Amino acid sequence: MPQLNIADFSPQLIWLAICFVILYIAMAKVALPRIAEVLEGRQDRITRDLDEAKRLSEDSEKAKAEYEAALEEARSKAHGMVSELKAELASEQETSKAKLEATLAEKAKSAEESIAKAKETALSNVKDIAGEAAKAAVSKLISVEIADADLKAAVDVNLKGDA
Amino acid sequence: MAEGQGLVIDPMSQFQIKRLVELQPFGIDASFTNSSLMMVIVIAAITLFLTISMRGRSMVPGRMQSIAELSYEFIANMLKENVGSEGRKYFPFIFSIFMFVLFCNLLGMIPYSFTVTSHIIVTFGLAATVFITVTLVGIFRHGFKFLSLFAPSGVPVFLLVILVPIEVISYFVRPISLSVRLFANMVAGHALLKVFGAFVVGLSWWGGWLPLGFITALTGLEFLVAFLQAYVFAILSCLYLNDAVHLHH
Repeated sequence: MPQLNIADFSPQLIWLAICFVILYIAMAKVALPRIAEVLEGRQDRITRDLDEAKRLSEDSEKAKAEYEAALEEARSKAHGMVSELKAELASEQETSKAKLEATLAEKAKSAEESIAKAKETALSNVKDIAGEAAKAAVSKLISVEIADADLKAAVDVNLKGDA
Repeated sequence: MAEGQGLVIDPMSQFQIKRLVELQPFGIDASFTNSSLMMVIVIAAITLFLTISMRGRSMVPGRMQSIAELSYEFIANMLKENVGSEGRKYFPFIFSIFMFVLFCNLLGMIPYSFTVTSHIIVTFGLAATVFITVTLVGIFRHGFKFLSLFAPSGVPVFLLVILVPIEVISYFVRPISLSVRLFANMVAGHALLKVFGAFVVGLSWWGGWLPLGFITALTGLEFLVAFLQAYVFAILSCLYLNDAVHLHH
């Protein structure tokens, strides 16, 4: 077995020591710091990007909330305006209706009054005409002139039931 | 390998150390061998892979950069889970151990290359490095109290007489078990590949298909083992480090 040849031990050990020391120095001073630097740089970058993303998402969240608040406000304002307008229109209508009713009632009242007046005149005219007719009829029938006062009383009595 | 007469299987020759450049400073044999060459290739490959793939330093990583970052985070998480935040400063050490073992295992899978980790002295050297580092960390962090690692609290005194030697032995066996595990896995896998490779050649085109299928499956398994053993080596190093940092008892 060549591994047990004692004469080969010292060159192998010496070169192992030389090579391992060189490797250790190369790793510790050059290779590993370089890798560590890249890994740390990437970690920093990732952390920074994550922070940035978080900040941006918060910003957008805030903007959304603001937008929604503005929308809500506009909506409620519009709603208020509509209901106000509605109320105004309703009250206007109410007043005009009341006014109209008042004028109509007045007109009706005056018409009633004129009707009553006309009725009264008509009624008194009827009395006169009835008196005249009765007088004419009496004078024609029995040729008697009836005194105006009697005639009027007689007419009044006869017309009482109709009046 | 089939050499000349009949079927000669020699699965161990692939582990032969060959001196490429003879070096003997101060009378010590420090020759540049095929093993040294692979170690140099391994550390060059690791360093180049990690630096070139990270050259762009892009925010969105490409394929290569992803692998480099993945290996970094893999070991960083392993260390964090097993040792906690105090383990942070040993990260380059554990990372170097893991990458070294992993690349040695993986590059050893290339045909005609050499598997550095198939030598017990190399794995023992690595395990001893971990062992000594962990022990020093424990001593520097806790001083004399580090010895309480060997005496579990809340245990009756008469049990301590038995327990303390067991704990001490288990502590000092750690580098051996750590190194033998990796070494044995690598040797067994590569020897098996070699044996079945020899079968494919020996049985040639009429009978070599079965071992060829087997060797294909085995190669896949060996890649898994290559990664798994690097992982096991690293995670055990983390656990030992945790003991030294937190004195688990």
